[in-house]
Amino acid sequence: MIDVKGVHKNFGDLEVLKGIDLEVQAGAVTVILGPSGSGKSTLLRSINHLEKVDRGLIRIDGELIGYRRRGDKLHELRERDILRQRSQVGFVFQNFNLFGHLTALQNVVEAPVSAQRRKRSEVEPFARELLERVGVGEKADAYPRQLSGGQQQRVAIARALALKPKVLLFDEPTSALDPELVGEVLDVIKELARDGSTMVVVTHEIGFAREIADTVVFIDGGRIVESGPPREVLDNPVHERTRAFISKVL
Amino acid sequence: MSTTSVTSASGTTGPPATAVPLEADLTVVARRHPWRWVGVGVVLVLLAMFVHGLATNPGWDWPTFFQFFATRTVFSALWVTVQLTVYGTVLGFVLGAVLASMRLSGSPFLQVVAWGYIWAFRSIPLIVQLLFWFNIAYLYQELSLGIPFGPEFVHFSTNNLFGPLGAAVLGLALHQAAYAAEIIRGGIISVDAGQTEAAAALGIPKRRQFFRIVLPQAMRSILPNGANEVISLFKGTSIVSVMAIPELFYQVQVIYGRNSRVVPLLMVATVWYIVLTTLLSIVQYYVERRFARGTTR
Repeated sequence: MIDVKGVHKNFGDLEVLKGIDLEVQAGAVTVILGPSGSGKSTLLRSINHLEKVDRGLIRIDGELIGYRRRGDKLHELRERDILRQRSQVGFVFQNFNLFGHLTALQNVVEAPVSAQRRKRSEVEPFARELLERVGVGEKADAYPRQLSGGQQQRVAIARALALKPKVLLFDEPTSALDPELVGEVLDVIKELARDGSTMVVVTHEIGFAREIADTVVFIDGGRIVESGPPREVLDNPVHERTRAFISKVL
Repeated sequence: MSTTSVTSASGTTGPPATAVPLEADLTVVARRHPWRWVGVGVVLVLLAMFVHGLATNPGWDWPTFFQFFATRTVFSALWVTVQLTVYGTVLGFVLGAVLASMRLSGSPFLQVVAWGYIWAFRSIPLIVQLLFWFNIAYLYQELSLGIPFGPEFVHFSTNNLFGPLGAAVLGLALHQAAYAAEIIRGGIISVDAGQTEAAAALGIPKRRQFFRIVLPQAMRSILPNGANEVISLFKGTSIVSVMAIPELFYQVQVIYGRNSRVVPLLMVATVWYIVLTTLLSIVQYYVERRFARGTTR
């Protein structure tokens, strides 16, 4: 489903990704772990072409993301094509990034209306359904500032689902939340995992990773150190660095 | 523990009325601020003196004030002032929006050009610039439309194209654009980058990202500053009097040049400036409220 091959990324002189290869099967949940600055968010953002990679390829369902290949050159796509590709990928941000001047319902309705040119009246019932599904149905007419962090993140998840994406990407979805609100957001993500959504989740919640991940990927210093089922990577890590990280986080 | 003892105490008829009240029932007395009252007193006296002076000092010459306040001459002058303000604002903010988008664009060349424009027009005093425009025909007698460095299609005499009013509007608008550009740019960059990023991640088209997501939120900080500019332009139109354009301040000067009643005629202008500024402030209040959606709990 998602196929990442030899991805490199520099920020100025700093090489953040040093050749990442990753494959995600349809319906599988991949959790990316790693210390801060290890490049895990950058990797996630490049799957959506929010970050342009310097070398390497990313494919979703066989479609090259962000570029068109002509001979041995990659030409960056036009903005319009990139936006169309993005609408097949749902992205949930660490600090929600809900549109502050729009209500919860309007936040969810916005993308189907302006990216897919569907009618507002047509999308609204579906948007309400999504809000219901993430447990904030009664908050449809509230503005983001009137919601708790947990509620905001659940609205953001509903917003990402509104385009019926093939893939869902979560960038530390609970890192900006008060501890007592983390559970409600994780429950929603677990629910989505159970429904068979293809997801890539960057998180620090090891317990959560153990519960939902089909594959855990540990990244450090811009490289994948090890990957495999949670039972291997989390409980019996082969590499010293993975072991050290997990013992610190637990 | 303490709460149970309180309920039991108040439940029984035991303690006599003269007893010291329970600690939990003590009355709170707010701190006194005697100096605030002294301040209020001083200001009230000063205000009373000022109002008394307005009413009794014959120098204000209220009969003359009322004689000219609502005359045709003053109204037509006021209309010129309003026109200068409206055209200056509209043209200024349109050009300002273009300049702001140039400064925010990815092209270093456009950035530098816009920056240069803003630098130049903020450096030149408005009155100097206006006099330049007033004398533009001295530099260019004729203007023409055509292909640059190639054939020309239409000719205009500069003096016919820019009457004095046109020159004034042009000067005010070009001056205003430099400030409007910075206000608009400031508003746009005050919107969190996460908003555009979220919109981009949702595949929302560029144009709509700007008009639907960024601009409505940028308006929150553009509006108060923008209103400031409109009001300051409205009063700034009085500078145009140096070009002998019959706007409010010029007309008032003409009248007191004839009858030498300087103070009451300045008051005529003052009161009209105050009235229209008040109207603008009221409009600002309602427009701002419109754009405040979602900002309060």
